[in-house]
Amino acid sequence: MKFNHVVGFLCAAAVSLALAGQACAQDKTVKIGAVFPLSGNAASAGNHAKAALEVAMDIINNAHPELGNFPLAKNAGLAGLGGAKVEVVFADNQGSPATGQNQALRLITEEKVAALTGAYQSGITLTASAIAEKYGIPFLTGESVAANLTERGFKWFFRTTPIASDFVNVYHDFLTDMKAAGAKTDNVALVHDNTEYGTSVANTLATGFKEKGQPIALDVAYPSNATDLQSQVLQLKEKKPDVVIMISYTSDAILFAKTSQAQDYKPPMIIADDSGYSDPSFIKSVGKISQGVFNRSSWSIGPAGSPTAIIAKLYKEKTGDEMDDTAGREMQGFFVLVDAIDRAGSSDPAKIQAALKATDLKPEQLMMGYKGVKFDDKGQNILASAVIIQLQDGENYVAVWPKANAEKAPIVPYKGW
Amino acid sequence: MSFVIVQVIVGGLLLGAVYALFSSGLTLVWGMMNVVNFAHGDFVMLGMYVAYLVYSLLGAGPLIGAPLAMLVLATLGVVVYFSLIRDIMKGPMLAQILGTFGLALLLRYSVFWWFGANFLTLPENVVGGTLDLFGIRIQAARLLAGIVALVVTLGLHLLLTRTSLGSKMLAVAEDSTAAQLMGIRPDSMQAVAWAIAAGATGLAGALIATFFYIVPTVGETLAIVAFVTVSLGGFGSVPGALVAGLLIGVIESLSGYLIGAIYQDIVVYSLFLGFLWFRPQGLMGKS
Repeated sequence: MKFNHVVGFLCAAAVSLALAGQACAQDKTVKIGAVFPLSGNAASAGNHAKAALEVAMDIINNAHPELGNFPLAKNAGLAGLGGAKVEVVFADNQGSPATGQNQALRLITEEKVAALTGAYQSGITLTASAIAEKYGIPFLTGESVAANLTERGFKWFFRTTPIASDFVNVYHDFLTDMKAAGAKTDNVALVHDNTEYGTSVANTLATGFKEKGQPIALDVAYPSNATDLQSQVLQLKEKKPDVVIMISYTSDAILFAKTSQAQDYKPPMIIADDSGYSDPSFIKSVGKISQGVFNRSSWSIGPAGSPTAIIAKLYKEKTGDEMDDTAGREMQGFFVLVDAIDRAGSSDPAKIQAALKATDLKPEQLMMGYKGVKFDDKGQNILASAVIIQLQDGENYVAVWPKANAEKAPIVPYKGW
Repeated sequence: MSFVIVQVIVGGLLLGAVYALFSSGLTLVWGMMNVVNFAHGDFVMLGMYVAYLVYSLLGAGPLIGAPLAMLVLATLGVVVYFSLIRDIMKGPMLAQILGTFGLALLLRYSVFWWFGANFLTLPENVVGGTLDLFGIRIQAARLLAGIVALVVTLGLHLLLTRTSLGSKMLAVAEDSTAAQLMGIRPDSMQAVAWAIAAGATGLAGALIATFFYIVPTVGETLAIVAFVTVSLGGFGSVPGALVAGLLIGVIESLSGYLIGAIYQDIVVYSLFLGFLWFRPQGLMGKS
């Protein structure tokens, strides 16, 4: 009996503390919803995204004079809203488009968020942003690349990342330069999963390469989260393409690397389309047997003391992992969204939308290597761009193309292990 | 062409043996106790993490990791039986489904909380790399898993058909009241069955860990295959699970190679449904 009383009292105390805390915090915070795969098969990527946004929140909510003129860093909170703090409400999409949509709905109607960001997988960004559109809440994705996301005539959807149609140019120009340097690049194979991301990027690349007069020689599609990739690897081994472009999430990327080694398959050149190959756990798990893989990226750590180097350090302190391109693009997207809220001077969704439309950020105001941030009518950042990086030592990616950004020269053929 | 086909078939057989290996525990529990264990995939996952811990703490391969995983999981099996299964077996089917599903989530997110969401792997050469037999490449890790699958299947089959312990377990499975009248304690028999089933599953997990990635949600990916293997093989039939596993592995590999990987699931599952149409009890199940 006595024990029950104590428990009851403690509960009451806890509840009143929680309520009091909420009451104090209420007046000066802007809530932003973030939908990411915090569990499920892409949880590794989702939790890195969460950490990236938490680092961004720290930079925004606390004074960081060491970051110089980096937007939102200098003072604590948002100057445009009288020093209001930003609070991110994270929601787990569990890797399912339906769950992502429900969570977006919950964030909008229950948590009353002013704007949304996420959702890593293109297929989930697709469903979650449809809810935001319906409720008239701005949704900014920093990382989802499927082309159709910005082809839906949405008024509340914005995207900062470069997309598949940009990669066509990046990959094609890169291959043209490699060919001029003596590498064989005639037969290009696409390997991709059957998700929204995999199929849409593969389609855009296939169309783009065809228009440039170099049709894709082989298209290998597979179900995502495969238990086995042997038949795909053998197919490639038999057809011997000069270049393999891999469009895969982490689980399949790891399995592909392991299976390739078991089957002793080394294509002359592998270009990875970011995602799985940028996941730090991919590099830790199979980096040593994927030496020489090319990847696209918009992230570069920069010289010591630069804002990017400081951000990378904050991120590493939090996660123990190196900053990667995906986490970087998510963080950049979040900064752009909060910058718009700051300029709007309000948490009113319509004013944020107007401020997003007026966004015009210069390269020096960004942490990613974009040429700037400026949205077209569809909400796509027209100044997004990417470079080619290579996992030369199996541990760290280095920029290798274009020459102006290169830290090292590209090495071919693919070394593997 | 023909040479690659041989490689595809060999790979399919090795894959199938692995499917059989992690399905044997499920068929035992499902067939003998009529309990559908939705936590089965997560038992496999736990076995993988035991192997990973053994490797990262002791630097030892599956020679120590696999038996230890078997032991740990067998213990867990007994604990789960007494703390959960024994009670929910008395309830309706729905209680079993929700009970074991809840257990699955508990295990998955406990591991998630402890290890985080990162993908882990064991080094490629933890079981001696890849063998080259006249140009056919065989991963030693998969070969080991395949051999163990055969041994485990044979062992479980002999245990059930040739030993008094097996007879007692089967008696309880058939009619636990009658068995009790014969002086058999259903509780201990079923606890033993859970220990064996979970132990075999843990062993499977530790061996799969040598060539697959390790992540808290890996059970989801593997469990569906286990359920299909067990239904195709026949509920409760250990040799059935072996034959079914091999069949699925070969069909998956061949269709993936010949028609395209994107269609392999369609081929496997339409054959599976078509087969169950004619023989709902599975390959070796009792009608």
